[in-house]
Amino acid sequence: MSDVSAKPALESSSPAAPASGDISVVSIFLEFLLIGATSFGGGVVAYLRSGLVIKRGWVDDQKFVEYLAISQTLPGLNATNMAVLVGDRLRGFFGALAAIVAICLPGAVLMLIAGALYQSHGDKPLVTAMLRGVAAAAVGLILATTIQLGKKSLAHVYDLIFVGLTVFGVDRLHQSVPRVLIAVGILAILWYHPRKFREVSQ
Amino acid sequence: MNQIIALIRVFSYLSILTVGGGLAAFPEMKVLTVDVHKWLTFPQLIHLYSMGQIAPGPNMMMIVSIGEWAAGIPGAIVVLIAFFGPTALLAFYVGRLWVKLEKWPWRNSIQRGLSPVAIGLLLAGCLSLARGAVSGWVTLAIAGAVLLILLRSKINPAFLVLAGAVAGGLAFYRP
Repeated sequence: MSDVSAKPALESSSPAAPASGDISVVSIFLEFLLIGATSFGGGVVAYLRSGLVIKRGWVDDQKFVEYLAISQTLPGLNATNMAVLVGDRLRGFFGALAAIVAICLPGAVLMLIAGALYQSHGDKPLVTAMLRGVAAAAVGLILATTIQLGKKSLAHVYDLIFVGLTVFGVDRLHQSVPRVLIAVGILAILWYHPRKFREVSQ
Repeated sequence: MNQIIALIRVFSYLSILTVGGGLAAFPEMKVLTVDVHKWLTFPQLIHLYSMGQIAPGPNMMMIVSIGEWAAGIPGAIVVLIAFFGPTALLAFYVGRLWVKLEKWPWRNSIQRGLSPVAIGLLLAGCLSLARGAVSGWVTLAIAGAVLLILLRSKINPAFLVLAGAVAGGLAFYRP
């Protein structure tokens, strides 16, 4: 298999050239399938790092962190954005496709089964009681995740103001998310305009 | 067929709202799937979302269940493509562009400016979920305990959610 020359134009124009020609679409699929099937309890990013950086050595930590920053800025879940970016780097378009399908597949099948079971047994008293506990625990979990993310990325008082404005817009004023995102987002980007950014980050 | 089209419209719209995480789309998901299209009730949405936190992989796979309920297996497939397709394409093309824009000064401004907005969207999602899931001191205690344990230890959250199921069973089950 002459991998490099056989690639379509789309891939060869990629700025992120594959790290190594011997990483096949199949092995990308299998690695992401494994991550998709074993990453219980959220925090897929940690599983991605241990699988892709530590175990496989497909990307280094610096590249991984850069992809993570892109994933967090763009809409989309971190896990699927990371899959697309790493898959693209390893094997272009088909690498990205294999990675995102594989990371979603196990959870999707599981939730299909869970959803069907819930529909047939969800109204049983014991199930309802347990699900009330699960939902409450989920609130604690997502709040913890949000706080941990916030600790990492909120450095200044202005950040808290932007957080507050966003929450106020969505939760109190009942504005749709895109409107709040555009309004507060533009405000925050302008606040951190390039010159200001240099001052603040120093 | 109408359901399929509605599913595509709703979930491709929700797709682009997931800035910072799937939770950011939760308030709008509640309005569209519960209030507008009545594919499920608010308690059902909360239950599915919570169950989805235990499932491995990206933590929004519960959308598959909504698609399946609304329009069977085709609904589930359509929802997956509609929800993950738009952002995947965006990540693919913007990802390539973003690497090229390394020297562009506004790149940092965008990254820096959007992060507090993303946190705000996640918090708004937390509030929306909490309003349906936390009522009374038992659920408040479960949520609070999970929050404190996670902030203080590195335990896998899936165990805590399962512990929440046991606690809920013990507290609320009346045969």
